[in-house]
Amino acid sequence: MPSLALDVRALRKRYGDVVAVDGLDLQVPAGECFGLLGPNGAGKTTTIEICEGLLDPDDGEVLVLGQRWRTDEAALRQRLGVQLQETQFADKLTVAETVRLFRSFYREGPSVETIIARVQLEEKRNARVNALSGGQKQRLSVACALAGDPDLVFLDEPTTGLDPQSRRQLWELVEQLRQDGTTIILTTHYMDEAERLCDRIAIVDRGQVIALGTPRSLIRSLGAEQVVECAVGEGERLEERDVAELPGVLRTRVDGALHALQVSASHETIPALLALIARHGLTLTELRTHSPTLEDVFVSLTGRHLRDT
Amino acid sequence: MSTSRTSRSTRPAAPPDSRDAAPPAAAAARLSPMLQLTLVRFREFYREPEAVFWTFVFPLLLATGLGIAFRSRPAEVSHIAVLAGAPAADSIASALGRDSSLAVEQLDDTAAATALRIGRIALLVVPGAGATAEYRYDAARPEARTARLVVDRALQRAAGQVDPVTVREALVSERGSRYIDFVLPGLLAMNLMGGGIWGLGFGIVDARRKKLLKRFIATPMSRAQYLLSYLVMRLAMMVVEVLVVVAFGVLVFGVPMRGSLGAFAIVCVVGTLMFGAIGLLIASRARTLEGASGLMNFVMLPMWVASGVFFAATNFPAAVQPVVQALPLTAVVDAMRASMLQGSGLAALSGELGIMAAWLVLSFVLALRLFRWR
Ligand SMILES: Nc1ncnc2c1ncn2[C@@H]1O[C@H](COP(=O)(O)OP(=O)(O)O)[C@@H](O)[C@H]1O
Ligand SMILES: [Mg+2]
Repeated sequence: MPSLALDVRALRKRYGDVVAVDGLDLQVPAGECFGLLGPNGAGKTTTIEICEGLLDPDDGEVLVLGQRWRTDEAALRQRLGVQLQETQFADKLTVAETVRLFRSFYREGPSVETIIARVQLEEKRNARVNALSGGQKQRLSVACALAGDPDLVFLDEPTTGLDPQSRRQLWELVEQLRQDGTTIILTTHYMDEAERLCDRIAIVDRGQVIALGTPRSLIRSLGAEQVVECAVGEGERLEERDVAELPGVLRTRVDGALHALQVSASHETIPALLALIARHGLTLTELRTHSPTLEDVFVSLTGRHLRDT
Repeated sequence: MSTSRTSRSTRPAAPPDSRDAAPPAAAAARLSPMLQLTLVRFREFYREPEAVFWTFVFPLLLATGLGIAFRSRPAEVSHIAVLAGAPAADSIASALGRDSSLAVEQLDDTAAATALRIGRIALLVVPGAGATAEYRYDAARPEARTARLVVDRALQRAAGQVDPVTVREALVSERGSRYIDFVLPGLLAMNLMGGGIWGLGFGIVDARRKKLLKRFIATPMSRAQYLLSYLVMRLAMMVVEVLVVVAFGVLVFGVPMRGSLGAFAIVCVVGTLMFGAIGLLIASRARTLEGASGLMNFVMLPMWVASGVFFAATNFPAAVQPVVQALPLTAVVDAMRASMLQGSGLAALSGELGIMAAWLVLSFVLALRLFRWR
């Protein structure tokens, strides 16, 4: 039986009237890259900060690397790497000075130069923090999380607000960590990020885990082969009832002018859809298909989009 | 400064998981968190040009300005005039001109009136018939009253008056009684206050605002060491500040340092720690720089005014003296002045040191209780 790096049971935390975490359970075995996927305000940061020992839960059990915050804080701190959603490092220090400071807090760990090389900031080692791009700052933040050669790393929205290239660089960094066998727990509201990086994902909404599994199993649970999206001309009306009765359609959803159909066999559905539109004298203005994603999973579970909220 | 273990030339051969423990010689050079934290404090300070200016340059500019404005002047020359055209004008003017503290000219009626009105001359002598004269001057003006005394003495002597008492003059200009002597210890104390309260207050609140404090407590960093690094920085900075200001005062203005250097140093150290603790207390909860700077001004402004930096605190009414005397800055100003100007030793400074110690302990304990790391 693999040992659990993180074991969270019936976690609860409220801020006044807002229930941020509402009876949440998580079990993450060592060596896994585990993702908390959910929209803004879902309670991801609150959950992760409780696991990091930065917030006290109102209720519930948290075991990190088999230890408890109340009794083993000093030992735990040596073994964890933490990246917070909103840290700004001191502007006036250089990359190397910042990493050296964080490295000095840990008994063991890689050398400063090794850490800098690992996040590929060698060319910037003597640059001031305020001269770094957003992506470089984020990699510095990960570097500081790696300073103590942690057994467990928490990354809270590591790529939020980054340009596509910086995101890909960060993804490569996370993938490398994962290959080295470090247990990673990351939060994100990007479904593509969760899909690409994570062994398993917990979809979180309103402080609860609403689905759990590997990205593939979550997507497969929809039973859909494809998602077909279509729209008709302005002022025209395509009845959802008619669409739902087309062959091969599992679920439908109207999102503004757009109909989204989860289908089991698009080669049957699409011709029938086109025929339906022609029969009602409507004009097809948009038609596209894509493989189902975690976004579709989230939509079918909550009726909302990840990115809307 | 750098204690990084991997030599640069061996990069990038190091595998990602290379541990520091690998080369035994290098393992001994474990990075000290206290040292790193302290180095960071210094870097943050000297890479901030404004901070360097306010800490080192500003007090010197202020001392220079005040030193020049209030320097001891040689006896002033009084500018006076004798009304031209009067019968005895020439002889009176030449008699007065023999007194070196008078600058005499002859002016006609209108020119004299104007000169008197705009203050170019302090006094006008109008010779009268026979042995009479009239002095025209504004008795409300100190230099006019002085001119009257000097003119009258010169005139009476020229007419043959003899002083019945013989006097001998021994001129004194005592170091330690000039305004610069008074104000320099005050500026020094004010500088320690600003350094402690601004230095700690802004640094800590800025780190809290940036969620850096929260990031730090997610590491094994010792919280005590973090706070200590600020005090170490303040103590080191204090040594430089005090040396610069005192050396300047002694070398440029001849300000005395009469007390023992040991007692003076103790006042500086305790004062610095006290202001550091007050800075810590002010910074213990504020989340924004605006909030912190409001609090700092609220704390410092009354002391700038009331603690006797620029004029003696004893000028305030007796009713508020207990409050004025208990202010942290008053204690430091008084102790520095007593040490530098009167040469007071530790025993004589014990009252002020007691007040400082009380503020230090009170602020520190309260700050630790209230301190917000998140
Ligand atoms: N310090 C706080 N005070 C009050 N409400 C908070 C606080 N932190 C978070 N919340 C609320 O708790 C909920 C969950 O927030 P959070 O954990 O930050 O979500 P996420 O990281 O998934 O975006 C949100 O509704 C948020 O507004
Ligand atoms: Mg968040």
